[in-house]
Amino acid sequence: MTVAITAGVLVAGAVYLFLKREMLRVILGFVLLGHAGNMILMAAGGTSRRAEPFGTPEEPATVADPLPQAFVLTAIVIAFSITIFMLVLSATGTENDDTTDGANDPANGPTDSADGTSQPRPARHGARTEEHP
Amino acid sequence: MKANPESDPQPNSESNSEFNLHEEMWNDWDVPRDQLLAGEYAGGVWKRSLLLESAARIVFPTVLVFSIYLLIAGHYDAGGGFSGGLVAGLAFVVRYVAGGRGELATILRIRPLVVVGMGLTIAVVVALAPLLVGGEVLATTTFDVPLPVIGDVKIATSLGLDLGVYLLIVGVVLDLLRTLGAGIELQAPGDRTSKREGA
Amino acid sequence: MTALVTLPVLLPLLAAALSLMLTRFATIQRLLGLIVLLLIVLDAAWLLQVVDSEGPVVVQLGGHAAPFGITMIADRLAALLLLVSAVVTLSVLLFSIGQRITDYGRDTSSTAFHPMYLVLCSGVSLAYVSGDLFNLFVAFEIMLAASYVLITRRTTASRIRAGMTYVIVSLAASLLFITMIALVYAATGTVNLADLADKMGALPDGIQLGLSLLMLVVFGIKAAMVPLHFWLPDSYPTAPAPITAVFAGLLTKVGVYAMIRTQTLVFDHMESWTVLLVLGSLTMIVGALGAIAQDDINRLLSFLLVSHIGFMLFGLALFNELGMTGAILYVVHHIIVQASLFLACGLVTRHTGTVSVNGMSGVAKAYPLIAVLFALPALSLAGIPPFSGFIAKIALFQAGVQEATPIAYVATGAAILTSLLTLYAVGRVWVVSFWGEPSTPHPDPDPTDELIVGTRVTSRSMTTATGGLVAAGLLIIFVAGPLSGISERAATDLLDPSSYREVVLGDSAIAGGGE
Repeated sequence: MTVAITAGVLVAGAVYLFLKREMLRVILGFVLLGHAGNMILMAAGGTSRRAEPFGTPEEPATVADPLPQAFVLTAIVIAFSITIFMLVLSATGTENDDTTDGANDPANGPTDSADGTSQPRPARHGARTEEHP
Repeated sequence: MKANPESDPQPNSESNSEFNLHEEMWNDWDVPRDQLLAGEYAGGVWKRSLLLESAARIVFPTVLVFSIYLLIAGHYDAGGGFSGGLVAGLAFVVRYVAGGRGELATILRIRPLVVVGMGLTIAVVVALAPLLVGGEVLATTTFDVPLPVIGDVKIATSLGLDLGVYLLIVGVVLDLLRTLGAGIELQAPGDRTSKREGA
Repeated sequence: MTALVTLPVLLPLLAAALSLMLTRFATIQRLLGLIVLLLIVLDAAWLLQVVDSEGPVVVQLGGHAAPFGITMIADRLAALLLLVSAVVTLSVLLFSIGQRITDYGRDTSSTAFHPMYLVLCSGVSLAYVSGDLFNLFVAFEIMLAASYVLITRRTTASRIRAGMTYVIVSLAASLLFITMIALVYAATGTVNLADLADKMGALPDGIQLGLSLLMLVVFGIKAAMVPLHFWLPDSYPTAPAPITAVFAGLLTKVGVYAMIRTQTLVFDHMESWTVLLVLGSLTMIVGALGAIAQDDINRLLSFLLVSHIGFMLFGLALFNELGMTGAILYVVHHIIVQASLFLACGLVTRHTGTVSVNGMSGVAKAYPLIAVLFALPALSLAGIPPFSGFIAKIALFQAGVQEATPIAYVATGAAILTSLLTLYAVGRVWVVSFWGEPSTPHPDPDPTDELIVGTRVTSRSMTTATGGLVAAGLLIIFVAGPLSGISERAATDLLDPSSYREVVLGDSAIAGGGE
C-alpha cells in the first residue's frame, strides 16, 4: 500500500512537472516518473508478504524476491544515463530551453500538435527556399 | 622571476602549458611540487578551500582502495564493478571539486573515452572468452589461487567482467567531469573567470 | 553453433569499444565497422540456414537454466530479421562513411558516430534474439540510447527540440515498458517469454486483456502506430539521411517485431485483436493522408513509414497463417525499401539543396542514376508488380479476404486504398520533383548543418551503398519463393508456439509448468 501511494505521488509530481515549460523541469519530471516505475517494479516482488534479505533466513519464501531488485538496479542505471544525456541536451540547446511552441524562435515553423496530419505544414526549409525560386 | 615550465621540476609540464595563465603568481621556489592537487594552482577557477584540499588528499586514495575492495568483493558480497566504479568516480569528483578541471587534466594522461572503450572491450572479451573453450557466452568458472600471506583466494572469471564495468564507469564519470564540469567552471563566479573565457 | 546467436550482439559491442579507443585512426575505425557488420551479415545468413533446417537455436547465458537465467533464442522470424537488418546497417554504414569522406575528407575521424552506430546495431540484434521481456527492455534501451545520440549529433540548436521530442516520447514509452514488466511479473512471477506463455493462460481474462493492451501501447509507441505516431514525422526528418534511413528501416520494425513476438507467443487470440485491426487500418489511412499533405520530402516519407506500419499490424491482427506470413514478408520488404528510399532521398537533397518537393524539379533529367535509385524502391513501396511490395501486399489482401469478417473486409479495403494513396504520394513527388526541366540547385542553407548538404557532390561509395540496398530490395523478387517459404514456416511457428516453449524450457519444464 505504501509503495502504491508513493508511486502515485511520484507520478502526480511527474505529471505536474511535465506541464511546465522549462526543459529542466520536464527532465526532473522524468526522474520522478522513473522512480515511480521502479517503485512499481519493487512492489511486483511482493513487498507485503516478504521481509528484508538480512542475515541467513530460514525460509527463502519469506525473503525479498531478488529478481525485481535486479530489474530496478538495471532500470536505475538506464534512467540515470538517459537523464544525464537529456541534461546535456538541454544545456546544449540553451537558446531554446523552453518547450514553448517556437513563438520566440523564428527559425522554427510552428510545431505540430499531437496529430501531425491536422495541418499541412510548410517544409522546414520550405519558407527559406521560396526566397530564391 | 616567472616560473619557466621547461625548467619546472613538475612532471606535468605538458598539461601545465595549457593552464599556465597564472604562473606569474609563483616564484620558482614556491611552485607546488606535490603531484596530488598540484593542478589547482594553475587552473582553479573557484575559491580555494584549505579544508577541502587537505581532506581531498586524504580521502582520494582511501576511496580508491575502497572502490577496489568493492570490485573484488562483488562476486560474493555487496559491491561489484558498477558500484566500485561509481565509488572510484566519486574519488575523482572530490579532486575535481577541490582542484577544478585543471586538477583532473594533470592526473589524466589518457582520454576518458579510451578508458570507457577499454572497459567495454574487457567486458565483451571476457563474455566471449568461454566460447573459445567450448562453453556458453558469459559462463563463469572459479579458480583457487594460493597466495602468500593471504591464503587461498577464490577468483571467479566474472571478475574480468566486473573489471570492465569498473573501468567503463570510471571513464564515464571522468568524461562527464571533463565535458559538463568544464561548462560549470566557465560559469562559476570567480576572480579568474574572465581570463579563462578563451579556454 | 550457439555462438551464432550471441555474436550479432557482442561483436558490434566489441567493435564499438574498440572504435572508442581508435578515435584518432579514422581509417581503421571505418574498416572495423564495415568488417564487423559484414561478419554479422554472414553470421545471420548462416544462422537463418541452421534455424530453418534444424529449428530454433537457444542460448542460456552463462548456462543458467531457462525460466531463471537469461535466454537468447533465434527462431526463423528472428534470424530472418537479423539478416535483413544486418544488410541494411551495413549499407547505411557504407553510405555514411562515404558521406563523411566526401564532406570532411578522409582523415577526419568521429568520436561519437561509429561507436554509437555499432551500439545501435548491437541493440537491434539483441532485441531480435532476446527471450525474455526484461532483456527486450534492455535491448530497446541500448538501441534507443544510441539513437538519442545519433539523432542529436552535430545538430543545430534549433533542431535540438525535435530531437528532444524523440527522446521524451521514447523515454515515456520506456517507463511504461518498465511498468508493464512490473505488472507482468507481479501477475505471473516470470518474465521469460516462453514461461509467460504457460502462465499467462491461467490468469483471469481481464488481467490478460489489460496486459495485452498495455504491451500493445508500449510497442505501439515504438512502432509509431496511430494514434501514437505523432512523434515520428517530427523527429526522424531532423536527422541526417543515413541516420534517418536506419531509424526508419529498423527502429520502428523492432517495435513491430516485439509486438508480433509478444502477442503471438504470450497471449491467446482475443478481443484486443479487433482493436489492433482497427488501429492498423487507421494507421494506414492516416499515414497515407498525412504523406499527401507534406511538402518536405523527408516528412512525406516519414508519414508513408507510419502508413505502412499499418500493413504489418493488419497482418498481425488477422491472426491467421496467411496474414502472419504477409506481415513477416512486409516487415522484410519494408525494412529494405524504406531505408533505401531515405538514402536515395539523401542523395537527391544533396544535389538540389532543398527538401521541399515543390522546390526541386528535373532531378530525373539532371541525375538519372539517382532518379532510378529513388524510383525503384518508391514503386516497390507503392506495391506495383513485380516489386517486393506487391508480393507482400498480395499475401495480406488474400489473408484479409480469407478471414471473411466484415471488419476484415473493411481493413482490406483500407489497405488497398492506402496502396493507391501511396502511389499517389510518390507519384506526385516523381511528377513535381523528378520531371520537368532541371532547376538551379539551392545554395546550402546552413553549412554546419548535416540535414541538408547542398554540396552537389556525391561519392561513389554513397551511390554504391544506395544501389546495393536497392538491389537487395530487387533481390527479394527473385528469392520470393524461398522467402515466402521461410515466412510461411515462421508464421506457422508463431501461431503454434509450443515448439518455442519446448526448446526454451525443455520437456520437463513443460510437464512441471502450470504449478
